[in-house]
Amino acid sequence: MQDFAQSFVLAGQLVVSGDPALAEIVALSIQVTLTALVISALIGLPLGALLAVARFPGSATLSVLANALMGLPPVVVGLLVYMMLSNAGPLGVLGLLYTPTAMIIAQAVLITPIIIALTRQVIADLNRSYAETFKSMVVPAHTAIAALIWDARFSLLTVLLAGFGRAIAEVGAVMIVGGNINHVTRVMTTAIALETSKGELALALALGFVLLLMALSVNAAVALLRQTDRSAVHV
Amino acid sequence: MSEVLSFPKRETLPLAIGPSPMPLELRHLAFQADSIAILMGIDLKLDTDALTVLMGPNGAGKSVFLRLLHGLIKPTFGEVLWNGEPACAATRKQQALVFQKPVLLRRSVKANLSFALGLRPFQNRKQRLQSALDSAGLADLADRPAHVLSGGEQQRLALARALILEPKVLFLDEPTANLDPASTLLIEQTIQRVRQQGVKVILVTHDTHQARRLAEDVLFMHRGRLIEHSSAQTFFDRPAMREARAYLDGEILV
Repeated sequence: MQDFAQSFVLAGQLVVSGDPALAEIVALSIQVTLTALVISALIGLPLGALLAVARFPGSATLSVLANALMGLPPVVVGLLVYMMLSNAGPLGVLGLLYTPTAMIIAQAVLITPIIIALTRQVIADLNRSYAETFKSMVVPAHTAIAALIWDARFSLLTVLLAGFGRAIAEVGAVMIVGGNINHVTRVMTTAIALETSKGELALALALGFVLLLMALSVNAAVALLRQTDRSAVHV
Repeated sequence: MSEVLSFPKRETLPLAIGPSPMPLELRHLAFQADSIAILMGIDLKLDTDALTVLMGPNGAGKSVFLRLLHGLIKPTFGEVLWNGEPACAATRKQQALVFQKPVLLRRSVKANLSFALGLRPFQNRKQRLQSALDSAGLADLADRPAHVLSGGEQQRLALARALILEPKVLFLDEPTANLDPASTLLIEQTIQRVRQQGVKVILVTHDTHQARRLAEDVLFMHRGRLIEHSSAQTFFDRPAMREARAYLDGEILV
């Protein structure tokens, strides 16, 4: 029990003192996840919007696929990306395995379907009210999509935050493709797993605090944005 | 309503009636939804710029008729011809429709108008934007989000957005339903102004007082059929059809 309480104290000290090892891990986590999020957003927002407004061969299949892939198990994503990037794999020549880039790829694969599926839902809802007016005004498809994305920006921000929350908290995929190498690919989740198994509870707990704090603030931000969005629309 | 607020009489009217900027011809028009006939057997020519009012009880098919004319939906049978050309995106570009419940973008009043302006290759946009705001009486509200406007202001914005596209044909689907007399008056004044500028206006209304104030040409629909087409004077003084007489007398027509 003494040890347990002491771990909390130590963890608090690590967070407050801005321990360099801790800071390095947190910084890498944020960097990897933000990059993955930007990539996923660049693919997912336009594609999700396109699926919401346009019908083309395979669009229904893509929608179903994106919805199904929202529940991709991170370890499976990790395994697939690992197989692609390993020396024997088709992208092995790039030598990306066990680098932050590999982790970015894995996280982007994990959350792109989430961004696509949620964006499609948000934009489809808005398009239901806009479609007839846009048709009447003869709005070109690309202008319509841009307008829908812009007008749904608050809802879409919550979509991006959901993606961020999912990516920053997952451990399976980055563990497999990153390898949890100290100073290179060690992120918060993999460090927590490692430190816990070593019995170094203080660092694990400190990282846990930071992760928890981030998850809470992301969710608080989502709730706040939803409220702003609602009041902006329904006043 | 006229006791509460005196609507100006039509001193300037009757206006000279000229040719329509976009003559319309309907040939055997019919529309079915889920194999239920909504409209059937409609033949019609509208080739003057007289303000046409479309009346009829609920469920007569007026809104569907308007959407067919504008090319938002395709007829099951028959043709909608503007200048001899079937209704399509190209004809729609020269027209505008104001819906009963206006759909405004989740943006400011000004942004709603400039979005519409951006759709066509107009010159001096700033000037057009300002004059649209002024003539709709929305200049003070330019930076307000469109969704916080009152019902009357929203409908004025929807009308201003339609007019900024400089349509040759303006469709209005019960534009003043649920509006107070002051807002109704503003909208009717705008409608009369654009009529004078030579825009072909086709207005759906339930309000027979409004129809009397504005109509020069009347279409009367009942149960999916166009049963009367006559000048406003003839229609209001001596309607040919029993259904139209009953409707004007305020009887409940089913």
